[in-house]
Amino acid sequence: MKWEPVIGIEVHVELETQSKMFCGCAVDFEAEPNTNVCPVCLGLPGALPVPNRTAIEWITKIGLAFNCSISERSQFHRKNYFYSDQPKNYQISQFDVPVCHDGWIDVTVDGETSRIRVNRAHMEEDTGKSIHVGESGRIHSATETLLNFNRAGVPLVEIVSEADIRSAAQARAYAQDLRTVVAALGVSDAKLEEGSIRFDANVSIRPVGTEPFGTKVEVKNMNSFRSLERAVDYEILRQADVLDQGGTVDQETRHWDEGEGVTHSMRSKEGSSDYRYFPEPDLLPIEVTEEWRNEIAATLPELPSARAARYVGLGVDADSATSLAGSEPLMVMFESSLAAGAPAQVAANWLTGEVTAWSRRESTDITDSALTGQHVAQLAAMVEANSLSSTAAKEVLGHVLAGEGDPADVAAAHDLIQISDSGALESAVDQVIGENEDQFARLAGGEDKLIGFFVGQVMRVTGGKADPRAVTDIIRSRIG
Amino acid sequence: MPIEIDIAHVARLARIELSDQQLADYRAQLGVILDHAARVQELPTDGVAPTSHPLDMVNAFRDDVVSPSLDRDEVLSQAPDAINGFFRVPPSLDNE
Amino acid sequence: MTDPADFTLVEAAAALRAGQQTSVALTEAVLTRASLTEAAVHAYLTIDRSGALAAAEAADRRISSGRAVGPLDGLPIALKDNMMTRGLETTASSKILAGYIPPYDGTVVARLREAGAVFVGKTNLDEFAMGSSTENSAFGPTRNPWNLDTVPGGSSGGSAAAVAAGSALAGLGSDTGGSIRQPAALCGLVGMKPTYGLVSRYGLIAFASSLDQIGPLTHTVEDAAILYEAIAGHDPLDATSFPGPAPSGTVRLGAGVSGLRVGIVNELSGQGIDDEVMAAFRTTVERLAAAGAEIVELSLPSTATALSAYYLIAPAECSANLARFDGVRYGLRIDGGTVDEMMSRTRADGFGPEVIRRILLGTYALSAGYYDAFYGQAQRVRTLIIQEFAAAYEQVDVLVSPTAPAPAFELGAKTQDPLSMYMQDICTIPSNLSGHPAMSVPVGLSTTGLPIGFQVMAPALGETVMFQVAAAIEELSDDIGRPVLEVVAS
Repeated sequence: MKWEPVIGIEVHVELETQSKMFCGCAVDFEAEPNTNVCPVCLGLPGALPVPNRTAIEWITKIGLAFNCSISERSQFHRKNYFYSDQPKNYQISQFDVPVCHDGWIDVTVDGETSRIRVNRAHMEEDTGKSIHVGESGRIHSATETLLNFNRAGVPLVEIVSEADIRSAAQARAYAQDLRTVVAALGVSDAKLEEGSIRFDANVSIRPVGTEPFGTKVEVKNMNSFRSLERAVDYEILRQADVLDQGGTVDQETRHWDEGEGVTHSMRSKEGSSDYRYFPEPDLLPIEVTEEWRNEIAATLPELPSARAARYVGLGVDADSATSLAGSEPLMVMFESSLAAGAPAQVAANWLTGEVTAWSRRESTDITDSALTGQHVAQLAAMVEANSLSSTAAKEVLGHVLAGEGDPADVAAAHDLIQISDSGALESAVDQVIGENEDQFARLAGGEDKLIGFFVGQVMRVTGGKADPRAVTDIIRSRIG
Repeated sequence: MPIEIDIAHVARLARIELSDQQLADYRAQLGVILDHAARVQELPTDGVAPTSHPLDMVNAFRDDVVSPSLDRDEVLSQAPDAINGFFRVPPSLDNE
Repeated sequence: MTDPADFTLVEAAAALRAGQQTSVALTEAVLTRASLTEAAVHAYLTIDRSGALAAAEAADRRISSGRAVGPLDGLPIALKDNMMTRGLETTASSKILAGYIPPYDGTVVARLREAGAVFVGKTNLDEFAMGSSTENSAFGPTRNPWNLDTVPGGSSGGSAAAVAAGSALAGLGSDTGGSIRQPAALCGLVGMKPTYGLVSRYGLIAFASSLDQIGPLTHTVEDAAILYEAIAGHDPLDATSFPGPAPSGTVRLGAGVSGLRVGIVNELSGQGIDDEVMAAFRTTVERLAAAGAEIVELSLPSTATALSAYYLIAPAECSANLARFDGVRYGLRIDGGTVDEMMSRTRADGFGPEVIRRILLGTYALSAGYYDAFYGQAQRVRTLIIQEFAAAYEQVDVLVSPTAPAPAFELGAKTQDPLSMYMQDICTIPSNLSGHPAMSVPVGLSTTGLPIGFQVMAPALGETVMFQVAAAIEELSDDIGRPVLEVVAS
């Protein structure tokens, strides 16, 4: 049978506020274990939560960025379940009335754009961290668990998509776009590898052309976009295999094993969970008035999709525009290059090409390099004035990134300035013609491919610093 | 109408380990109390909104400002088991 | 001359100001009283003799140098043991918290410290404030100083007994369904539950978060008003704290009741109430009428369902509030092979039967399939009760009823029958559900010499008129005096 995957993505975003969601403890993951804890986030008897206003503003910002409606009045609920890294054994979360609901984003895969609906974005608190200690380091053979509550109570936004996603590639694109937007909002460092943004996928399949959803499996533990795509792909194939062989898919949670490239069932002693949600009596409803919402909306930065469209309008190709708009450091560098007068497409090529490659190679943020927008503009001007070849320009760029100085100094120091002074070039051309009279006669006689030979000879004579276009022009003028 | 109570499931949800005799006793007591409590179902409440908070207030927030945390030694001095700055508990699942 | 242990707060403060007493002497007086009565009464779980005397000495230094910090400076007060006191054991009368030393003070405790109050110690209660007799304590029951065979009421029975016995000049209790007012009635004291949100709950071990309020237990209405004023007021650490100024408790004391409209709630003043209690209630109402109050009879039909709603809402909230007692971070731990086993054994061993009963009840009421019929429906009934109270307060200034259905009962009389114990709170629960203030004033003694209380209820933030009426009732009633203590040398 031919199967169609139906995928929804749940995203947890840790907000990078100064203090935790319901208490004044610092949000700081570097700290010594159990040093950022207080009666509230440790769940001591008698402690009470008070919500962080900035977190409420930031989730509203996230909701607006995903075209969500903002609830005029929303409410916290208690989600009851026992887990040793959850201090109160309930999580303060939201249930029937989240802060944000009914939004969407457009996701493009292979040139095809689809609208993925966002069901909701709600506010909750993170748990502490468990370290399962045991010989193999695996949870099943752990002999004890160590608990650190520094993360307990860190503000967490959960963004839940509708089951609108139809392929693993689309799931990946949705996740990437979502991360890009969250990073652009400046509300989270949104790093997968550090767990400050976490993706879970709900995957089911159904026969192509049918409506009812199949049994949904939740897949967890993907810590890169690639593993998200692989895990979803694997799960689609696994389910199709089960169904094709006449089996049934169990509703369950499965863990992605990156090394083995498979998902494993998470066996749990608990049957179906019963979270016994009820309105959190320690907290008042949240009312986001139109006035407050507008104030928050006014702080929204230009979002990546709008920014990319603007770059295309400046003449940048679509792919580069998306890359530039989707990366905060690239965007900042690009904007400052434009401000310093660099032509858009030239700057875009360098930034998405050499500069990005350098950043990856050196594992250094562009913002931490010596490169400035001023440098990019200078470099572009030198190429424009023919005093640098485009090849030499790329070399100069590398030296500037490494902190050797501004482009003019670097080009001079590395002897990369092109000779475009016509007197010097003319004498070099004449010298080469004099040394190769036979060939010149054939060129003059119409054997035009020899022009390359002469340009090459001039480059040799000038040590590669001649501007090849100018050289060509002079040779042609000699043919007369 | 006798009230259905899966007392073992309820005790499990509440993480209270009880003997069969205790479960039976609590099951009986809860039955009596819930029979009385079920009177709430006799009042007509169509269109009545539930009250979860007696005062009609909204929006109590705190500013996003860091305040001092507790001293770790003082915190861990109350822990049943702690080591190297961590709380320590038995493993999550049975060893298999 | 009166033993200073029998002073009211007002008398003691006057004696301090006049230089006739020192805080140390007052503190010694209540500690001496405690040493004589505690073996029989068992009002305290912890007596902090050295801490109290140190605080008293500091108060005396302030007072003698003219820097007294207010009307409570230097006065010995008892705290219910469900309030966090930094460095002083706090157990909520539960085995699961035996030996627990909190690293912080609750807001009320901190405010009283700043006001110069001297904390004598921590008083007994029904475990986690769940009960109406102070028999559900892991550390043994408290007895009523008026008759040691009877209970002091609960759950704030320890604070009530301490004040009645003179082992503190005043006490603080917490009231979730009547836990201040009912023991006040049974121990011949004034007990007051403020409007929900007026007194911070930060540092009060939560029982039912939407119902709990801290309030005073005192000998007189004026004492209650003074202590209430000291603890009331906005607290940024409690999101449910009322942001405006707290109404005055003292400003209308002595103003009488002439012209005030007093409503009798029919549903709370008849069925199920003991004859002697009803007689004392009627006498008091007649006296109010004679003093110029207009008496109105009212029906609040949904209050008849209040008890049922309460026994769904309070257990539901407590089932979550008490989930944190799991043997992980503090308190008791019973070992197990897995963390799950450890938690389940710790909770089975650490909680007493009444607490387990309510956790199971609340877990059930919230669980899938039953939520709407039980918890959800109880919340809708709560709305009806609030609406009925609001309509009633359009017609009257205060509502009145008996406080407890009967005077103090004998120890053990109701321990085997949870429902009959729950009936103790039938008159007090509606004000917790509505969030309105209410208080109990002693109005007489039964033929067996046990105190009888009278309840005054007021609309939200109606403390001023409530204290005004309560003071008038106190004035109009015969003084019940103090219990004759059976002193047992320790």
